[in-house]
Amino acid sequence: MNEMLHEVTLTVNGVRRTASVPARRLLSDFLRHDLTLTGTHVGCEHGVCGACTVLVGDEPVRSCLMFAVSAQGLEVTTVEGLGLRPDARDCATGQSMNPVQQAFTECHGLQCGFCTPGLLTTVTAYLDDHLDPTSDEAREAISGNLCRCTGYQNIVKSVLRAAEIKAERRAPDAAEPGEPHPGPVAAEGVPS
Amino acid sequence: MSTRLFGAPIKRKEDPRLVTGGGRYLDDLGHGALAAAFVRSPHAHARVVDIDADDAFELDGVLGIYAHDDLPGKVGEPLPLLIPHPALTHGRTGYALARDEVNHVGEPVVMVVATDRYVAEDACQRIRVRYEPLPVVVGIETARDGAARVHSDVPGNVAAHLTQVVGDVDAALASAPHTLTLELDIERSASTPLEGRGVYARWDDERDELRMYSSTQTSTGVRAAVAAKLDLPLAKVECIAPDVGGGFGVKIMHPWPEEVLVPWAARRLGHPVKWTEDRREHFVAAAHERGQLHTVTVGFDDDGHLLGLDVKFWHDNGAYTPYGIIVPIITSTQLLGPYKPGAYRVKFWSLYTNTVLVTPYRGAGRPQGCFAMERTMDAIADRLGLDRAEVRARNFILPSEMPYDHGLLFQDGRPLRYDSGDFPATLSKLKALVGWDDFATERAAATAQGRKIGLGIGCYVEGTGVGPYEGSHVQVETSGRVNVSIGLTSQGQGHETVFAQIVADELGVRMEDVFVTTGDTRKMGYAVGTFASRAAVMSGSAVALAARQVRAKALRIAADALEVSADDLEIVDGTVQVKGAPSASMTLGTVSVLSNPLRYAFDEAAQAATQFAGTFDPDRPPVAAGDEPGLEGKDFYSPTQATFANGMHAAIVETDPVTAEIRILRYCVVHDCGPMINPLIVEGQVHGGVAQGVGGALYERMVYDESGQLLNASFMDFLMPYASEVPTIETDHLETPSPLNPLGIKGAGEAGCIPVSAVIASAIEDAEGFAITRMPISPSELWGLRRRYAAGEITPLRRASPRSEPADRAEEPTP
Repeated sequence: MNEMLHEVTLTVNGVRRTASVPARRLLSDFLRHDLTLTGTHVGCEHGVCGACTVLVGDEPVRSCLMFAVSAQGLEVTTVEGLGLRPDARDCATGQSMNPVQQAFTECHGLQCGFCTPGLLTTVTAYLDDHLDPTSDEAREAISGNLCRCTGYQNIVKSVLRAAEIKAERRAPDAAEPGEPHPGPVAAEGVPS
Repeated sequence: MSTRLFGAPIKRKEDPRLVTGGGRYLDDLGHGALAAAFVRSPHAHARVVDIDADDAFELDGVLGIYAHDDLPGKVGEPLPLLIPHPALTHGRTGYALARDEVNHVGEPVVMVVATDRYVAEDACQRIRVRYEPLPVVVGIETARDGAARVHSDVPGNVAAHLTQVVGDVDAALASAPHTLTLELDIERSASTPLEGRGVYARWDDERDELRMYSSTQTSTGVRAAVAAKLDLPLAKVECIAPDVGGGFGVKIMHPWPEEVLVPWAARRLGHPVKWTEDRREHFVAAAHERGQLHTVTVGFDDDGHLLGLDVKFWHDNGAYTPYGIIVPIITSTQLLGPYKPGAYRVKFWSLYTNTVLVTPYRGAGRPQGCFAMERTMDAIADRLGLDRAEVRARNFILPSEMPYDHGLLFQDGRPLRYDSGDFPATLSKLKALVGWDDFATERAAATAQGRKIGLGIGCYVEGTGVGPYEGSHVQVETSGRVNVSIGLTSQGQGHETVFAQIVADELGVRMEDVFVTTGDTRKMGYAVGTFASRAAVMSGSAVALAARQVRAKALRIAADALEVSADDLEIVDGTVQVKGAPSASMTLGTVSVLSNPLRYAFDEAAQAATQFAGTFDPDRPPVAAGDEPGLEGKDFYSPTQATFANGMHAAIVETDPVTAEIRILRYCVVHDCGPMINPLIVEGQVHGGVAQGVGGALYERMVYDESGQLLNASFMDFLMPYASEVPTIETDHLETPSPLNPLGIKGAGEAGCIPVSAVIASAIEDAEGFAITRMPISPSELWGLRRRYAAGEITPLRRASPRSEPADRAEEPTP
C-alpha cells in the first residue's frame, strides 16, 4: 500500500517551500529530510530535549511534536534563518550571525553543538521579549533545553552577552546590517 | 613569533559553522540513503524460537529483512572481544543479530532496510518473533547469588575476577589501632550524548570500496573491525567520524552491531544505507556504566594515617563484555586517589546481568572508586574526631615523593606511577575557594534560621593520556594554508581549535591559516581514539612533534634559498625571515613551493620550483636521499605510561528539613591538568563533567524491574539535569606540568565528573548527621533515611551525636 501524500506549503526562513509528505511526517523530519535543512537536530523525538526547537511565527516550537501538515501556511525560522534577521551581522569568517549566535561563539556556549540550534532559537525568541535578563532569568529561560556538554554555565553567560550585543546593535550608532563583525574571531578572549 | 597562543582563551574555530546550522552530524549525511531499523528483543533473557516476517515483506518500500541466519561468514560470528585480559576468563560477546538467545531488552534480532525510516519501522512492527523466556538476572546481588545464569556456560555469572595486592594487608589490619568496614554502592547511569549513535555506509561498486561514516569516538577502530567482519582488505575501507554530537565514552565501544550490519547491507543492496539511533534505542541498545557494590575495610592509626586498605567490589558488566574489564580495573587502581594506602588489596568480580552492556562512561570507574575512598576518608575523620580535610592531607603523596609508584598495574597494563601533582597545594586552594575554615560560622547562621546545610569534599587523581600512541600529519600548502590531520575524533572538545593553537605556535603561523581534520581514516590511518582524557596529551604531543619537523624542514629549505644559516632564521606569521633583518625573507608558501621540485608549473608561484628555474647542483638529485618532496611532516607520540591529573572539589548543600529536597548552594572545583592549552575549553570540560556528576549524584539512574525492563528509557523519566539543576560552578586551577610529554600537559576531559557523588554524599552527610553510603540519592530516599535515623536504625555520625559513643561501638571485626 502506498501512503497518501499531502502537499505542504510553508515559509521557511523567508522562502516559500512545498513538498508532498505523508500526514504523519514530523515537522522536524520534514525540515531535515524533505527540505534538507539539517541545522535543526533531533535529540529525543518526544519533546523533552529541545534540540529540534524552531520558531513558528515568533514562538519557539518543538518540531518533533508537530506534524508537517499542521505547519501548512505558517512561517518557520530554523537555525539557518537566524542570520537573516535584521539584527544579524557578518562575522570574520563570513557567516551572518544574530546576537545570540554571536554570543554563543564568544562565550564558549557550545561544545559538540548538537543541542545548540534549539538553544539559539529558544534564546532568540526569549530575548525578543526580555531585553535585559538577570543571570537567574537567563538560567530559567534555557531550562527547557537539555545540553550534555556544557553544564549550562557558558550558555547562561551567552544569554546575558546576547542581550548586550542586541542592545549594542539596537543603539542608534550601531553598525549597519551587513557590516563585518568588528573583532577577529580567532585570537580573542571571552569577555569576563 | 608574536603572541603565544598556547594558554590563551581563544574562541573556537568550530563555532561559526556550528551556530549557523553548518554542522554535519551523522543523520545530516546521506540524503536519499535507504533507512535501517531494528526489531529488538522485548525480553531480557529468552530463546529466539521463530521469526515470521511475511507480513512485513508485503509493505511497499521494504528492500531487505535480515535475521541471524541471513548473515554470511564472519558477519554472523560473535562480535570481537576488544580488550582481552587474562582475568577475563569468561568473556562473552553478542552477535550482530541475535543467534538463538537474547540477553537484554534491546538486543537487535532483525534488521529491516526500507526506503525511509517510517516504512522501516512499520515493517519492524509487522515482524513476529516468538521467544521462550528464560530466567532473568537483574542487579548485582542476584548475579552474585548465581542461582540463575545469564550465560549457561558461565558459572556464578562471573566474567572476571581479579586481585591486586601490595604489602601484607591482613597483618596491617590486624595490628591497626582502628578499623572500619563500609558498604558503599553506586547505581547505573549512562553517557547519554544528545546525539545517539548512527552509521551511514556507501558501497562503491566500481572501485569495490566501502566508505562509511559513524558517530564514533574511534574511526580507525571501526574501520579495522568492519574490514575484518566483512572480510575486506583494509585498503578498501574508509571510515569517517563527521561532527559528533557528544560521546562521553559510549561511542568508543565498537563495532556496534549496527556498524557491521549497515555497511554489509549497503554492499548487498548496492545502495547507501543509513541508521540513526533514536532515543529509546540509545537507552536499551547502547551501553551503560557505574553499577558497583563495594566493601571497604580500612585500618588506621590515631592520627588518621592509613595502614591497610582492603577493598572488594562487584561490578555489573551487563549482558556482554566486548570492552573487557577496563572499568573495574580503573576503579581498582584509581580508587587510591592522592593517598598512600599503606598495604592495599583489591579484589573485584565482574558479573553478567541481563541488562544493557557496560562500557566506559566519562570517568570510567573512577567515580565509583573515588566514592569508595572518599567516603572512607570521611568515616576515618568522623571516627577520630578530626577535620576531614586534615585527614586527607595527612595521607597525601607529597610532591617530593613524585614520581610515586603504587606497585599496581593500571588499565593500560603499565605501572600505576604518578608523574606529577602537588596535592597539598590543590587542597589549600580548594579550602580557600570554598571557605573551608569559615564554614562552622556559616552553618551556625543557617542552623539559627532552621536550615540544614553541609559541606562536602572529594579528591581524585586521574590517569589521563594512556597509550599506545597517536599521530599527526602537518602539511603546508603553497598558498601558506596549513593542513593538520589527527586520527582521533572530536565530540565537542574543540580539537580544531586547540591543535591549531599548538601548530600555530610551533610553526609560527597565524591561527586562521591552520585547518585541523579529525577522525578521517583517509587522512590518518593510524590512531587509537578519543577516550580516557587522552586527546590533548596524545594528539597534542604528536601535533607538536610533527609541526617541529615541518619547522625544521622549512628552515633548512629557506636557509638554502636565502643563503643563510638555518640558525639565523625565525618564522613569524607564516614568513621565514632572518632574525634582526626581516627584509631577507620568504613566506612558508614559497618554501612549500621550493620543497617540491616540479616539472609542471600549475600557477605562477610554482614556476620557481620547475626544472629550468634557478640554479642547482647537477650532481645532486632534485630530491636528496632521505628527503621527501613537500613541506610536511608526520610524527607519533607514544608514552611509556599515562600522565596523572588531579583535582579536588567541595560543595555546600542544603537539605530541606521537611521535604528532604537537596539543593547545591555552592560547587567549587580546583583542577590540575598541567599547563592549559586553552583555559576556556578546559573550563568548559570541567563544567560539563560536574554537570554529569550532579546528574549521577542526585538524578540519574537506570531503573530496571526484576524482569529486566528498563522502566525509564526516555528523557521524560531519566532525569538528566537541566540548567535548573546544575549549580554555578566556581573554578580555580593549578598547573603542575607533567615531565612525560613535550608540552607538559595532562588530560582534562573526564575530571569534572569523578568526585561529584563523593562530594555531594559528604555534604549531605554533614548536613544530616548520618552516613550516606549509596548514590545517587533522591529526596524520597533521603526522607526514608531520616525516618530510619529517627527510629534509631542508623548510627549517627560521632560529630553529630549528642551522646558520647563508647570508643569502639561501631567497630566491626576485620573479615
